[in-house]
Amino acid sequence: MCYDVCPMRVVEKSQLMSATEIDRTLQRVAHEIVERSGGTSNLILIGIRRRGVPLSKRIAHAMREIDGVEVPVGTLDITLYRDDLSTVATQPVLQSSDIPVSTDGKDLILIDDVLYTGRTVRAAMNALFDLGRPRSVRLCVLIDRGHRELPIEASFIGRMVQTSDNEIIEVRLREVDNEERVMLVERVE
Amino acid sequence: MSFAAAAANPMQASQRSSAEGETKQRLRVLDRFRHMLSIEPLTAEQITFILDQAAPFQEIQRHPLKKLATLRGKTVALAFFEASTRTRISFGTAASRLGADTMNLQAESSSLKKGESLLDTVHTLDAMKPDCIAMRHSSSGAADFVARHLQIPVINAGDGTHEHPTQALLDALTVRDRTGKLDGLKVTILGDILHSRVARSNIHLLTKLGCEITLCGPAMWVPRELEQIASAGRIRRVSRIENALEGADVVMTLRVQQERLNEPSLPADEYILLYQLTPERLKLAKPGALVLHPGPMIRGLEIDPAVADGEQSCVLEQVTNGIAIRMALLFLLIGTGGESVQTSPADAQAMGATEAKRESMHAAD
Repeated sequence: MCYDVCPMRVVEKSQLMSATEIDRTLQRVAHEIVERSGGTSNLILIGIRRRGVPLSKRIAHAMREIDGVEVPVGTLDITLYRDDLSTVATQPVLQSSDIPVSTDGKDLILIDDVLYTGRTVRAAMNALFDLGRPRSVRLCVLIDRGHRELPIEASFIGRMVQTSDNEIIEVRLREVDNEERVMLVERVE
Repeated sequence: MSFAAAAANPMQASQRSSAEGETKQRLRVLDRFRHMLSIEPLTAEQITFILDQAAPFQEIQRHPLKKLATLRGKTVALAFFEASTRTRISFGTAASRLGADTMNLQAESSSLKKGESLLDTVHTLDAMKPDCIAMRHSSSGAADFVARHLQIPVINAGDGTHEHPTQALLDALTVRDRTGKLDGLKVTILGDILHSRVARSNIHLLTKLGCEITLCGPAMWVPRELEQIASAGRIRRVSRIENALEGADVVMTLRVQQERLNEPSLPADEYILLYQLTPERLKLAKPGALVLHPGPMIRGLEIDPAVADGEQSCVLEQVTNGIAIRMALLFLLIGTGGESVQTSPADAQAMGATEAKRESMHAAD
């Protein structure tokens, strides 16, 4: 996930995933989660704002098709747990976190669009542990683009993409962006 | 209160008219807050933004673990030159739940008693390097005055009979949570309006957000001038409590200061007879009308205990919401570290109500 929506000039380099590919990938990821969790009974899906939220809902939908079970879905706003607040210049807008059921003893699947430095996930884990004591927390991302700054890895990965520091992965989802694709863009000076 | 990139932003006028708004509104109110001195210079959008930002903090009050590390390493100075219990505890709790430390200055032990000037006292506090000051003072305009002399954000926790902005914000949040909206609500404020900074802040806030205000109390406490303090036509004065309550969605009772009851010729018995909010009188308001009181409440004087403890009473929700609002403000003021831009209109806005008003009038042109 990208922390800041800062205005900068970018050029689109290529499309990494189409709408169909995103859909297929999420189906596969949903199957993987169900398979490796031995069912869905103890799971809670938690989407990190913003784009993790629609992704978590879609994965929950796919799981219902697989297992016929409604998996609880929560959303997490990690702004208050960011480690870079002392340096951000624009006022961040807080949103509510909403986790409908107790997380105590549950197996949580944290869901986000892009895994990059790992700092968002670190913040999300701190937020989760203020809410209760889950039995386990695993991470699911649509894109893993490398360049980790913390010892954090995803358990479920839609696609691995090799990127350079200047490149940005833009995940556009119809619920948020009115279009559906994953783009590789590059920052230009 | 003022914003760094202040009212003169040319984007504002065009965006105000755009109805599709949320994102655009958000962008505009994202300008960094510098102080929270009064409700009067704020726009409806800015107020709504603050109320929205309180929601995540309301939720944190319900967590098993209520402490964040968001403001770890920051210090909030609580400078209460006038006695206060709930507001001071509320600010202190808000700061500590965000992970900040507090410095406490209290009227009783203050060196003001020994003759030190307000300015010397706050300069001394400032030299201990707090990141923000929440202050209460018995003189109207004291917070504006201090904001003009310090580089750090100042939150007005009540200044004389002028304003108590955080109380108005928490009241609005409480009402909005229960009713789902503020626009179009009929709000009746009962009691000593003239001397009440709570009433004044509430009148400004509620009229900006589209409420209709009815003021009611002994004539000497509800002078005609009060009708003029906010947008025309939104405020009316009614002398009989029965008429004032008719059709009200919200009833705000104010504390009657005992010392004021003795000064002119108004015995407490007469106040109770004419203005106490009783269950019978409350029935004249809309069914389920909300009852608010900023505290401390004097049961049996301005409010009947049955009303204070009744289902329509929001008194304890107000207290809980007070922490959420103060957390939201502390986060807005000192939560992020980027240097705020020192534009001249912003500085002007920090300089007292009248100058700020003049400035914003120019900006509106």
